[in-house]
Amino acid sequence: MSFIEELEQRVETIKQGGKEKYHLANTEKGKLFVRKRLELLFDEDLDIEDAFFANCMAGDLPSDGVVTGIGKINGQNVCVMANDSTVKAGSWGKRTVEKILRIQETALNLEIPIIYLVDSAGARITDQIEMFPGRRGAGRIFHNQIKLSGRVPQLCLLFGPSAAGGAYIPAFCDVVVMVEGNASMYLGSPRMAEKVIGEKVSLEEMGGARMHCTVSGVGDVLVKTEEEAIAYARKYLGYFPPNFRNKPPESAQKAVKASDKTITEIVPENQNAAFNMIELIEQVIDEDSLVEVKKEFAKELITGLARINGRSVGIIANQPRVKGGVLFTDSADKAAKFIQLCNAFNIPLLFLTDVPGFMIGTKVEREGIIRHGAKMLASMSEATVPKISVIVRKAYGAGLYAMAGPAFEPDSVLAFPNAQIAVMGPEAAVNAVYAKRIAELPEEERNAFIKEKQDAYKDEIDIYRLASEMVVDDIIHPDRLREELIKRYEIYEDKNLTFTERKHGVYPV
Amino acid sequence: MEKIVASMAGNVWKIVKNEGDVVSSGEDVVILESMKMEIPIPAEADGVIKELKVAEGDFVNEGDEIAIIE
Repeated sequence: MSFIEELEQRVETIKQGGKEKYHLANTEKGKLFVRKRLELLFDEDLDIEDAFFANCMAGDLPSDGVVTGIGKINGQNVCVMANDSTVKAGSWGKRTVEKILRIQETALNLEIPIIYLVDSAGARITDQIEMFPGRRGAGRIFHNQIKLSGRVPQLCLLFGPSAAGGAYIPAFCDVVVMVEGNASMYLGSPRMAEKVIGEKVSLEEMGGARMHCTVSGVGDVLVKTEEEAIAYARKYLGYFPPNFRNKPPESAQKAVKASDKTITEIVPENQNAAFNMIELIEQVIDEDSLVEVKKEFAKELITGLARINGRSVGIIANQPRVKGGVLFTDSADKAAKFIQLCNAFNIPLLFLTDVPGFMIGTKVEREGIIRHGAKMLASMSEATVPKISVIVRKAYGAGLYAMAGPAFEPDSVLAFPNAQIAVMGPEAAVNAVYAKRIAELPEEERNAFIKEKQDAYKDEIDIYRLASEMVVDDIIHPDRLREELIKRYEIYEDKNLTFTERKHGVYPV
Repeated sequence: MEKIVASMAGNVWKIVKNEGDVVSSGEDVVILESMKMEIPIPAEADGVIKELKVAEGDFVNEGDEIAIIE
């Protein structure tokens, strides 16, 4: 055999990945081969690949179970690490870990995004001394991720298990996409849980994709197929610059969705009635541009990337359709991370406010709602990107603060003509101030008294009074919101601030 | 069989669907009143209301059963 023939043969063998039976098992589960995944992810496959021959002397560990390289997505160079679950279940050996570290360090040096395609059983116990504890051990992967965080976009597509320590790869990514039925994350497997703590539970219940995307919030995007996950990643990255030094790319598509309902018609006049905030968002953004993050989690708050006149914007909107749009511990967390994500990559923020406040009661106090709410306030406050708050209907109590209220240096606070801003709503306020008087009144006089006081209260918090006091910067026609935002974001575009001088804040986590 | 549970603590303000009514996923079954807001509680599956476990004016905690759909 000539040198050339030997090279070609070796390349061909390694490209096939692991044994045929593992390929078949994956196909049965609806899982694609790692090289097929990469072909779909990139505009035209990987452009370069390093350490293709890693561990080739072992014979049965092609590329040591992981593919690392660089290709283009929407014309932008992106690093990738992709587990090959046909090779020892995608487990990590010494060279697997070294390959992951090197591609991360490449992403750091070139300041380009990195995507982790995770499908791995975790550490190869037989290699533990070489891959677990040391300076170039697996811990370094997480250390690198933390260093990369906010510098370049980091995205995780979870196609299979992500077990034990490996579960921290998704945890340190900006966004985690999980394929229902196949993806899972857990520190200890159900078998281990039964052995160690005596709990009997299924994998799906304990660490499945649906659980993580709806209950724990460790997952961000729930999809049905790998193709859907890959399509999400490609669309999502289109809203981001390659790193924190740049601005997001502009899109040529700039039309709004045609609708038979205007914003004025969408928002009910009655402050207490529910409506679907998504309908309002669609009247503000470019058609089909909304990419929600954590759509299935803490649905009382919508967080999503979108475009307004071709420019990226991060939307934080209360959803009155779910739990009255009240803020809870999970929604506060959801907002805190999303705001950080946008601020890190120079994506302007839009707050669409219709919030009765933070939830009250024993349950949420025990969960530490004050601490969780503080996270949202802190990240919102620290965000120095263009920041606009629109008071759609009501902004009560700390809800006003959390949604980029006037005190938190938003570039502007705009209000719709029927907006109400107050410590609390009229019903609650009258009850708080006059509870004793109301109780003392004869029953037939109560309703009239309550109504009189509520009307007086409404006059006091009248939006024109607040505009007169310059609490809001403008009162606008709801149907002209999009035009107003286009103008304002363009004007605020070159805003460049440092929040404050220090090493870093002490975060209220 | 699918349980409908309260998404948050509050009072049952209005019963929209009664026992025996046909509902489709996403349709409101009851409306709670909490934090001075109307909180619609929709069905999460298509079916018939087999049992309604609350009456107007009842207080429910987060997670309490409201109805059973079959």
